[in-house]
Amino acid sequence: MTEAVRIRPEQFPLTRECPFSPPEEYRGLRDEAPIAKVRLVDDKWAWAITRHEDVRAVLSDPRFSADRTHPDFPMLTRGGRLRQEGDEKPLISMDAPEHGPARRAVLGEFTVRRMEALRPRIQEIVDERIDAMLAGPRPADLVRELSLPVPSLVICELLGVPYTDHEFFQAHTTTMISRMSSAEDRQKAFEAVQSYLRDLIVVKEGDAGEEDLLGRQILKGREDGTYRREALVAMAFLLLLAGHETTANMISLGTIALLENPDQLALVKADPSKTLSAVEELLRYFTIVDAATARRATEDVELGGVTIRAGEGVLALGFAANRDPEAFENPDDLDVERGARHHVAFGFGAHQCLGQNLARMELQIVVDTLFRRVPELALAQPVEELLFKDEAAIYGVHSLPVTW
Amino acid sequence: MKITADVGRCVGAGQCVLTEPALFDQSEDDGTVIVLVDEPEGVLLDHAREAVRVCPSQAISLSG
Ligand code: SF4
Repeated sequence: MTEAVRIRPEQFPLTRECPFSPPEEYRGLRDEAPIAKVRLVDDKWAWAITRHEDVRAVLSDPRFSADRTHPDFPMLTRGGRLRQEGDEKPLISMDAPEHGPARRAVLGEFTVRRMEALRPRIQEIVDERIDAMLAGPRPADLVRELSLPVPSLVICELLGVPYTDHEFFQAHTTTMISRMSSAEDRQKAFEAVQSYLRDLIVVKEGDAGEEDLLGRQILKGREDGTYRREALVAMAFLLLLAGHETTANMISLGTIALLENPDQLALVKADPSKTLSAVEELLRYFTIVDAATARRATEDVELGGVTIRAGEGVLALGFAANRDPEAFENPDDLDVERGARHHVAFGFGAHQCLGQNLARMELQIVVDTLFRRVPELALAQPVEELLFKDEAAIYGVHSLPVTW
Repeated sequence: MKITADVGRCVGAGQCVLTEPALFDQSEDDGTVIVLVDEPEGVLLDHAREAVRVCPSQAISLSG
């Protein structure tokens, strides 16, 4: 195959036509050309990878670089890369051997056991938000009342970022991930959040303590002599950004999907121990960061009979992989009892989402608590009228009117 | 069957601990995998197989 495949005129990344289904081209690509050349927004091209097995192979192969700062890295937004002079590479852009130690420096904060210790506090936050929602008018916007504040409060407390500032960085992160924002606005928003975090970290350096992640990172870095302010700014930025939009969107979308599939919701309500597998299934079903796992080949790589040349861009499409019938039977059905643990909604390989166990726990607690406390919860607007985030790098819904 | 873990490959995602906390733990310090029982039997062996399948970095394997 030498000619690039022409997809739709608007080119990659593609948008979903139905909020619950991948772009229809994914199926065709997976069936007919699972490793296919596609056009990107900047008119360069990259290999689109659509089979579960191949996506996992790419993401766990160190010959594919995650360095987003490289000029050949496949771009999914117009208008250049977000950079500020002197800033550090975030964890998601690092390759071996730089990546391992940097990830391990913060990984201890996100172990399953550490997340389990946060459970009571997260439960408290969820209960408080539901109390507030129930005390307010109907219909309520679930996004504003629950989906956004829960992960936002949790990540702010964990990092040690004042929640009182959340409107400031929430507005900026929305601008940053929207494909509709101008390059200039995205750059401005990026710089505003960077300098906000830098100022905060400078203050924390003065009295770093054990009570929050940023404080602990400063102390630990000083102890072993590795502390660098700019590296911590980059880390804080990534965690704050990732901690905001992703889980929030999953809470809203997950609620919609369960309400729209009453038989599945009934299974979860009847047996709360099913929430665990329901959450995995919802993660698989939506795969909200579908194209976040782009890569650049650093060597020639043979994959499925195709030679990917050094320097070429690759899109490991998680949403296509998570709807691959080879990996999941009847992949387009929402089936909360399916063992969906091998989905790639958190990516795969060395960069697999650092905060996944925090996200899992937040989702489990929300699903359990919301339907237990508000069993009559219902959408106050038909799904067809909801405004989905087709223009954002992280899929979601702008608002979600609910009643009870 | 014996479980071996390659701590150098482990990316600390904790998928193994989620699959079977009786077999795996993560280091408090850097999040990497600790094998608690290296020769699992019965249902634990099935869970070990599942952990090998979901581990994102192919850091754990079963042999013997
Ligand atoms: S699942 Fe694999 S990568 Fe994750 S902690 Fe266990 S061994 Fe390490």
